[in-house]
Amino acid sequence: MNALRAQYPEEVERILAKYPAERKRSAVMPLLYLAQRAEGYIRAQDLRDIAEICEISITDVASIVGFYTLYYDQPLGRYHIQVCTDLPCALRGAEDFLRQLSEKLGIGVGETTPDGLFHLEEVKCIGACHRAPVFQVQGDGEIVFHENQTVETALAVIEALREQARAAKGEQA
Amino acid sequence: MSQHILLRHRDIPHLDRLEVYQQHGGFEAFRKAVTSLQPTEVIQVVKDSGLRGRGGAGFPTGLKWSFCPNTIWPHYVVANADESEPGTFKDREIMESNPFQFLEGLMIAAFAIQANTAYIYLRGEYWHIGKLLDQKIAELEAAGLLGEGLFGTNYSLRLYTHMGAGAYICGEETALLESLEGKLGQPRLRPPFPAVAGLYARPTVINNVETLANVPPIIQNGAAWYRDFGTDKSPGVKIFSLSGHVNRPGNYELPLGTTFRELIYNYGGGIPEGRNIKAIMSAGASSTLIMADERALDTPMDYESLVGLGASLGSASVIVLDETVNMAWLAQKTTHFFKHESCGKCTPCREGTYWMTHILDRIVAGKAAEADVELLQAVAGQMQGKCLCALGEFSILPVLSSIQKFRSDYLEKVATPSLEVQS
Repeated sequence: MNALRAQYPEEVERILAKYPAERKRSAVMPLLYLAQRAEGYIRAQDLRDIAEICEISITDVASIVGFYTLYYDQPLGRYHIQVCTDLPCALRGAEDFLRQLSEKLGIGVGETTPDGLFHLEEVKCIGACHRAPVFQVQGDGEIVFHENQTVETALAVIEALREQARAAKGEQA
Repeated sequence: MSQHILLRHRDIPHLDRLEVYQQHGGFEAFRKAVTSLQPTEVIQVVKDSGLRGRGGAGFPTGLKWSFCPNTIWPHYVVANADESEPGTFKDREIMESNPFQFLEGLMIAAFAIQANTAYIYLRGEYWHIGKLLDQKIAELEAAGLLGEGLFGTNYSLRLYTHMGAGAYICGEETALLESLEGKLGQPRLRPPFPAVAGLYARPTVINNVETLANVPPIIQNGAAWYRDFGTDKSPGVKIFSLSGHVNRPGNYELPLGTTFRELIYNYGGGIPEGRNIKAIMSAGASSTLIMADERALDTPMDYESLVGLGASLGSASVIVLDETVNMAWLAQKTTHFFKHESCGKCTPCREGTYWMTHILDRIVAGKAAEADVELLQAVAGQMQGKCLCALGEFSILPVLSSIQKFRSDYLEKVATPSLEVQS
């Protein structure tokens, strides 16, 4: 029983159809994104499912999770707030921006808010150097850019996400 | 420039819509190639145009296409949309706002080497662009511009996107291929080159997004038309990503050979608050620092002239640094980037970037002695020429050039009492 295939039958087939039939291993990265969509991280069961679909070892799949920064092997918060502080961004005040954002959120870089919603990360260049300070939000199976930010606008984005999560929880209840 | 060749969406509203793109000549070049040109003729036009790779290496595009042997099949084309160099954000604008011109270029490249499948490898952070391109590809399939038996010929073509997941190294073309095959993004030993043994060990052409966006107008208007732009040895236009200490950062499409002064002062509006310019990086973080003196500012930005300055054009990601920047701090920034992105496969890069960050951290924290600057230089020197790919080789450029050209910035940092060093 392959839980990933059972949960997303069409999407698994659509992903596999991109690559030659004898090259299923190529599907490992898109399948990891698919597995990560629901919970925000890759579980041991996902590794087994993906290994089976791609016809490779579980270790092979785990090594991909470890190598690439956008995959997570543990729950670190629903939304990853990823602030770029690379050189071009740093020249436009990104380091100060991150420090202030960290203070306002009350968590350090690499930490998660107590409600489990936000994980603050310092990341490498994300291709928005001309619109720094900039951050992206990774969560709910999406990655969304927020550019030309101030601490105030960033906090507004975060507050909106908090509302969104609250509303989604209300719907479920 | 009044009329853009690549950033045409700035002149034509809604160019990202298929019907608008087609109203402005879109897919005529692809149709012309498939219905009335031989693959070798397409390659010849691109060769004659003098188009060189816009991703950084500057390799002649037509020549690259001509290397695929006709004895091994299938062939593949892969668009390198893993734009990750700090300071580079040009491919993103093309794909977001003029996506069909890029896709058409990719389709012509595929026809030129008779590939029936092409992949677009996007950095994971460009998630929204991946979704957008999937939509555009579906529109092209519905319009009969992609699929089986195109224009009544027996040529067929399918395009697929593939998302990376946060690894700068995958912009290196053989690491990209490994990643596309579902493996760790680590560079391959060459030879064999991808043109002979690329994706799935088949002949593969890998081109940057901007390179491909140049192809439709070249096929449509001819090589001579393209050569009217730029210089004799560096023909055509280039998108310069301008960032750092300038009033108007952004992408500027300009003929190759435009000077730094024009880009930074005319287009970029000069340095904020009237401060003085100190240095320029012309190829993102992978740059030899250029001291921004009069001679440098008047240097034309083309492949040859930059080499004349001891630097390189790379992806033309111009980072402007004003007089407030300490270059030891800058080297610390770039070195941390390369250390984080080193894939770990080859020892000189893995260990070298690691130790350089440690020494630079000490220097910038004011806890180092002058001898540490020599040590840093020695570590960088030992890496030179020994790394498996350009990542490691480029990581030492800001380090060595900052020590060489801005030594006083280091001395300022190591001027703390020696007692503190020993403690």
